[in-house]
Amino acid sequence: MSHFDLTLELNGKKVTRKIPLRSRLLDALRYDFGLTGTKEGCGEGECGACTVLLSGRPVNSCLVLARQAEGCKVETVESTSTETLRRLNATGTSQCGACTPGIVMTARWLCDNPQTLDLMSLREFMSGNLCRCTGYDGVLSGIECLLDQEEGES
Amino acid sequence: MRVLTPSGLDHALALLAEFESSLTPLAGGTDLLVSWPHQNSDEVGFLDLSPLRAEHSAPRLEQDALVLSMLTTYWDVIASEEVRTEFPLLLAAALKVGAVQIQSAGTWAGNIANGSPAADGVPVLMAYGAEVVLRSTRGEVRVPLDRYYLGYKQSVRALDQLIVEIRVPRRKREIEWFHKVGARFAQAISKLGVAVTRDETGHRVVVNSVAPTVVRCRALEDHLDQGGKIESVEQVRALLSFDIAPIDDIRSTSRYRESVLSRLLYFYLRKANLRKANG
Ligand SMILES: Cc1cc2nc3c(=O)[nH]c(=O)nc-3n(C[C@H](O)[C@H](O)[C@H](O)COP(=O)(O)OP(=O)(O)OC[C@H]3O[C@@H](n4cnc5c(N)ncnc54)[C@H](O)[C@@H]3O)c2cc1C
Ligand code: FES
Ligand code: FES
Repeated sequence: MSHFDLTLELNGKKVTRKIPLRSRLLDALRYDFGLTGTKEGCGEGECGACTVLLSGRPVNSCLVLARQAEGCKVETVESTSTETLRRLNATGTSQCGACTPGIVMTARWLCDNPQTLDLMSLREFMSGNLCRCTGYDGVLSGIECLLDQEEGES
Repeated sequence: MRVLTPSGLDHALALLAEFESSLTPLAGGTDLLVSWPHQNSDEVGFLDLSPLRAEHSAPRLEQDALVLSMLTTYWDVIASEEVRTEFPLLLAAALKVGAVQIQSAGTWAGNIANGSPAADGVPVLMAYGAEVVLRSTRGEVRVPLDRYYLGYKQSVRALDQLIVEIRVPRRKREIEWFHKVGARFAQAISKLGVAVTRDETGHRVVVNSVAPTVVRCRALEDHLDQGGKIESVEQVRALLSFDIAPIDDIRSTSRYRESVLSRLLYFYLRKANLRKANG
């Protein structure tokens, strides 16, 4: 099987690993870089559990070949600050946790780009992250909490 | 499996010319990489366009056209204030494609090239009179999007050609409208979608998910161009029947598609006509 050397700026650090050519970014993160926070739900781009920030945009890492991320900046749930997690936790954003890493990454991106909510509602914005446990209200209040904090700071 | 990584557009075109039948251009991957572990095999060969992202992503406004580049994503349009202000239907359609993760990665060119009859990016581009710019080592041709498709998943694109640009003319429009019907507001493939425009070249009524390709409803357009009135849902349905041939599938039924489309168009066109009469 063919392999190649993948270099990423992963959570702020430059890293290189030899990985299989057929790997998705999701596989490379979990199996080669050992960052198992990012989850696979559907493998079809529907559920958002595998969301990471690739070159500063939220994408489903199950729909990206690792090769396509060569040289790019990648941020995963492991780089989330304790304060952000504390805020999200306050409202029951997470129950079983399967969807949580993806939710956290989409929410973090939104906090950096809050003007997005001029174009759509928070519920609509989060529609690429499915959750089977919370019924979403807990998720949305957690993100509102996070957004309030950012607003307070700026 | 093989992945070729071009160093620039000319190199990409040279690779396609050399290996055309065994190479698939890979853009955002949101069509090609669905359930990837089940489809990857030794035979797969990708031409990975991601190295061209830096140079071929930004949409730009020229004197007479908006130019979407080879790798312009839905989010590139959503994020551009000048584009979304002048081309509101592009914004409306982009916001209805999947959800933010798909909008960040998926490209307009990929939506056209994939050729799904349910594509949401195609009706609005076609209603705006867009042209597809195809390039290969043999040269460049421009094809109006409404002449790009030849049949279900078939197009005029030769295997050695890339869609390098989509050119959307800057025209003053009197009416413009897009409506998508899905099982929910977001992250749902169209049961049907419709885009309508009127500018100095006349009316365009473009629909998805009701024929083997995205289609213009020419009979209805002609009726409107000749100043014909919109009188009843039945009349709209009859005019549509010249151009659409909906089927039953997992997302909807032929009957539902036909009735909902005729009603949507009836109510929208009545309203647009009234506005014209009053204004
Ligand atoms: C969860 C999910 C939801 C979705 N929701 C929608 C939706 O609501 N509406 C909708 O319309 N689509 C939807 N899609 C489909 C998909 O996101 C779009 O069709 C998208 O525009 C494809 O673009 P891409 O860049 O990802 O294409 P890719 O997957 O990279 O490529 C698609 C096809 O286009 C070809 N291609 C790509 N670029 C070029 C080029 N420059 N020249 C020639 N050929 C090229 C490829 O070879 C391939 O055949 C969805 C997909 C997923 C996974
Ligand atoms: S695992 Fe990637 S979207 Fe579901
Ligand atoms: S917390 Fe269980 S799926 Fe969301």
